[in-house]
Amino acid sequence: MAVSGALSGAGSVSSPGAITGPALALDRVVKRYGARTVLDRLTMTVERGELVALLGPNGAGKTTAVEMLEGYRAADGGTVRVLGEDPRRGGPALKARIGVMLQDGGLDPRTTPRDTLRLYAALHDQPRSPDALLDLVGLTSVARTRVRRLSGGERQRLALAVALVGDPEVLILDEPTAGMDPEARRAARALIAGLRSEGRAVLMTTHDLGDVERLADRVLILHGGRLVADGTPSALAAGAIPRLRVRLERALSADELGAFGAAISSVVPGAVPAPEPGEAAGAILVDGVAPDPDLVAAVASWCAASRIQIVELRAAAATLEERYLSLTGDRAVEAVA
Amino acid sequence: MSRPASPTRAIRALAVMELRLTARRGENVLVTLVIPAAVLLFFATVGIVPGIAGRPVDFLLPGSLALAVIASGLVNLGIATAYERNYGVLKRLGSSPLPRWGLIAAKILAVLMLEIVQVALLMSVATFVLDWAPAASFAVGLFIVALLLGTVTFAGLGLLLAGTLRAEATLAIANGLFLVFLMVGGIVLPVDHLPAPLAALATVLPAAALSDAFRAALGGAAAPGLPLFILAAWGVFSATLAVRTFRWE
Repeated sequence: MAVSGALSGAGSVSSPGAITGPALALDRVVKRYGARTVLDRLTMTVERGELVALLGPNGAGKTTAVEMLEGYRAADGGTVRVLGEDPRRGGPALKARIGVMLQDGGLDPRTTPRDTLRLYAALHDQPRSPDALLDLVGLTSVARTRVRRLSGGERQRLALAVALVGDPEVLILDEPTAGMDPEARRAARALIAGLRSEGRAVLMTTHDLGDVERLADRVLILHGGRLVADGTPSALAAGAIPRLRVRLERALSADELGAFGAAISSVVPGAVPAPEPGEAAGAILVDGVAPDPDLVAAVASWCAASRIQIVELRAAAATLEERYLSLTGDRAVEAVA
Repeated sequence: MSRPASPTRAIRALAVMELRLTARRGENVLVTLVIPAAVLLFFATVGIVPGIAGRPVDFLLPGSLALAVIASGLVNLGIATAYERNYGVLKRLGSSPLPRWGLIAAKILAVLMLEIVQVALLMSVATFVLDWAPAASFAVGLFIVALLLGTVTFAGLGLLLAGTLRAEATLAIANGLFLVFLMVGGIVLPVDHLPAPLAALATVLPAAALSDAFRAALGGAAAPGLPLFILAAWGVFSATLAVRTFRWE
């Protein structure tokens, strides 16, 4: 998958001076399905040249929000604007300026990637070259293979290429990196980052916090239909309580863990080590106090005395993941794992 | 700034894609080309059509042409569209610059192009194998009117199924109706040879009306009022209902 100069061939996006304001905007949007309120006065924006990640557990309302911007659903309250227009009324002229990637792709399994891209290219006045796009997303070798036979990651890349074929000013991507292997994911991230740097507005939903930390200018966290966080990834992470994480070469026995706890709490009172839930054996989370040099030294000296190798030690500020979990509650753990 | 393609270009591309998909799948070629031609050849060769004045081919060619229209509109279009809806293809096209009327226009255009192939095939089989020749008074205008009304009717029925039912249900019902129309549509068996109550029902169904209209056109008869009226009524009914009930997702 070619990464360098991702979309430079297309040139940068022209910025029509007539339209000011955000590329995407929801203003106090309400959506109900029967008695259930799926979006509760959601307000959010995405500016041109900005990449915004929309996070939240399954059922938080991410896809509903995205599908309102795509014009698939009407709001029960509030206003929805895409490039200053109502997406429900925009028509072909507005849709030509928006690249969409649906969660389930919407690809015909009976066609080939090349035919799919040629078809969508024919719907635009000045489309990007289908063959160049296939090359860009690394699908040239399967250009004539039926979509039915593609892997999940290959289908995702085809859906991304379809979103790009009209050279859109705005991209709305619902879980664009889902189902990709690590190499494809890295290439897709580089491609998406390139789109933003060309001046396009990008809104993407994701469950992958790695996407967020590496890509997003801004993170929105949705929980139960409400926006619970809006900020840069690092600013959000900084809001969580910092903790010391240690990964040892092996798991500690209960006796060892007790001795470890006694040793470090004698140096830093209040420090309590515990195996980190959901992590591999040997992952220890030191709770109770903020990490400081004394705590790090106490951990290292007990490990040295016990002849146990430290594989990783992280005393930095809390991760985005910790912040995310604290904002969305225990229910979210499964969705992220 | 990115702009949509002209509707003509978009519709042509989509119609060509539809035809390519049809040509690529064996079951589609079977139902739209092979079965109508086989019905014509088989029944004309064995010559068991009861109660007709002329040669079997004069009765069977219009019937197999009607069967071809049913296969293109109801069976082929209906099932293909049902699966496109099932796969989310229609939903994805909904956020493309193609207007919805453009999608429908492309599908109708693809059906019409397929029908040209079907008409050419069936008339060739009749001419070269069954020694048939069109009447000197072949009413081309009536033939085209009947073809268009039949297309609207059966494409409308196909889209009505595809837009409201699950893909599997559309598949089953479209194939079932195809068989029903083959038996009681005046295609291989004159409707007046059916038991009286069934004959009355068959007369008001669109298949027999289309067969009769084709028969009048090829035979050079005057435009048959009742069949054309029945066909037009079905056309309005099925197209209106399809447009009103179609769900894209």
